[in-house]
Amino acid sequence: MTKQLKGIAASDGVATAKAYMLVQPDLSFSQSKIQDPDQEIQRLHTALDQSNSELKLIRDKAVETLGEDEAQVFDAHMMILSDPEFTGAIETKIKDDKDNAEAALKSVSDMFIATFEAMTDNPYMQERAADVRDVSTRVLAHLLGRPLPNPALIDEEVIVIAHDLTPSDTAQLNKKYVKAFVTDIGGRTAHSAIMARSLEIPAVVGTQTITQDVKADEMLTVSGLTGEVTVDPTPEQIEQAKAEEKAYTEQKAEWATLKTAASVTADGKHFEVSANIGTPKDLDGVLANGAEGVGLYRTEFLYMDSAELPTEDDQFKAYKQVLETMNPKPVVVRTMDIGGDKHLPYLPLPEEQNPFLGYRAIRISLDRQDIFRTQLRALLRASAFGNLRIMFPMIATIQEFEQAKQVFLEEKDKLIKDGVKVSDSIQLGIMIEIPAAAVLADQFAKRVDFFSIGTNDLIQYSMAADRGNEHVSYLYQPYNPSILRLVKHVIDSAHKEGKWAGMCGEAAGDPIMVPLLVGMGLDEFSMSATSVLKVRSLMKKLSTTEMAKLSERAITESISNDDNKKLVEALNL
Amino acid sequence: MEKREFNVIAETGIHARPATLLVQAASKFNSDINLEYKGKSVNLKSIMGVMSLGVGQGADVTISAEGADEAEAIAAIEDTMKKEGLSD
Repeated sequence: MTKQLKGIAASDGVATAKAYMLVQPDLSFSQSKIQDPDQEIQRLHTALDQSNSELKLIRDKAVETLGEDEAQVFDAHMMILSDPEFTGAIETKIKDDKDNAEAALKSVSDMFIATFEAMTDNPYMQERAADVRDVSTRVLAHLLGRPLPNPALIDEEVIVIAHDLTPSDTAQLNKKYVKAFVTDIGGRTAHSAIMARSLEIPAVVGTQTITQDVKADEMLTVSGLTGEVTVDPTPEQIEQAKAEEKAYTEQKAEWATLKTAASVTADGKHFEVSANIGTPKDLDGVLANGAEGVGLYRTEFLYMDSAELPTEDDQFKAYKQVLETMNPKPVVVRTMDIGGDKHLPYLPLPEEQNPFLGYRAIRISLDRQDIFRTQLRALLRASAFGNLRIMFPMIATIQEFEQAKQVFLEEKDKLIKDGVKVSDSIQLGIMIEIPAAAVLADQFAKRVDFFSIGTNDLIQYSMAADRGNEHVSYLYQPYNPSILRLVKHVIDSAHKEGKWAGMCGEAAGDPIMVPLLVGMGLDEFSMSATSVLKVRSLMKKLSTTEMAKLSERAITESISNDDNKKLVEALNL
Repeated sequence: MEKREFNVIAETGIHARPATLLVQAASKFNSDINLEYKGKSVNLKSIMGVMSLGVGQGADVTISAEGADEAEAIAAIEDTMKKEGLSD
């Protein structure tokens, strides 16, 4: 009977195939006392050797399919297997306590797992607990003569079903035969989900019950795009899934050709499509999706992921890494945007009635210049390694910008006097998120090098509607002509002074907004890395002259958000 | 027995990569080699032992080796400590 399940879409793609149950064998055992410790130690070593050669196979497979970096986890596993403290402690338990090998193995690995898991201030060590668990399960399976299922041996098209997938399970999946996997537990950031994306296998995780809802060899369709799983589908459902699979494959092929392409419209106009990042780790996604720059580097994560104010050197290292990796492509770094809904445990801020209208971002930076100067010095030092643009958040008045610029120039002079190399072409810009700054954009444009429009805040301040309050969420209206007029004014003001204007909010990657923004002549679009190719592909279908007419209508004729949504939808892009 | 004290200057202390390299360096020798920190001593040939100590920046640790190749062992470990920026 057909059954529908919904989980978390963890890796894109659609697949139809029969189920392969990757379910752990029963590894329960009874604890007993043994007579002959030497024989028991011999049993242990046989199991250790078997585990070791199995891991070697898995490792080689992983190097082949995932690359050297991803395979390193199995080196760690093998190192645990040959660790004298680990094996020695198990042997001692067998010898001294006359425990059977299974019980000795369990108590020693539990001890290490507990030690590592207790290191809560050290996520690296906590992950090692998972490694120990993984290794000890493998050895236990060999001791019991019930070896773990070996997905490396699959030789027909299947969808792998599991409660959860360990890194060693995932590495054994042969892309040629494994069309997708579905698990009971896990989230988008689980190790198995990350590996699925790097293998480009569709995956749905966190379905809660898939291991009970499907039997071996039963057919199912899986959509890693929506998180939907259909067990025992009807012929029509299979046909539909096949069509979705084909459409996705075609789309992916088209996107792949766009990765190294510039973002140009149908009539050959170039726009810069960049990505937003929070930490240097996000650069992988930026490069993988062929972004033309970093349009927003949110530096507050440096402050939020730390137990104290990050030092100048800590910041320098992060900025340098981002600038060097992207060079010569531009990187827009936004200075600290703390306050509002973002807090630091070590920097107590006053309780406020309206934190979003309160002490935040540049307002803190100009008040706490010690913090601000440290950040600017780190940025200036890093500027020698790439193409740096600095953006100040929450600017409301010309004076705030002038003051921030003054501090920047002072620190620049100091560093130059100290003989530190700094770039001479750092652009200084502001984020446009306060309506006052948007309205006065013509004056700002004479003083800044660029604008970047932050849509979420610009909308909530313009509409006077808290974006987190569901009772007023209908007022989040990015296409409302009032918002579009502000945006248009900002873009026109920049161009009049020969400056550029970008957008780094959600809207920059929104398929309804992009045609309107292309029509208004926005220069730079910055979005989450995963939207870059989608937007690049959309731009190819747009003509700037036609979009200019469309956006003109959106601004002068429409009277609502919905009007403009329909206007763009009618294009049938 | 050969013994040497080190002050750990690396910001991250001894874990991950440097721990692996220290264990690999120690494992090349026959001597018994131990790492002592805060009164606890572990086998330097054991990755889990070394990591479970949680040695952080600024820690004073003592490494001792006993056996036929103890002098070479200590020299090689000192070399690794310096090369990996763990101590100066």
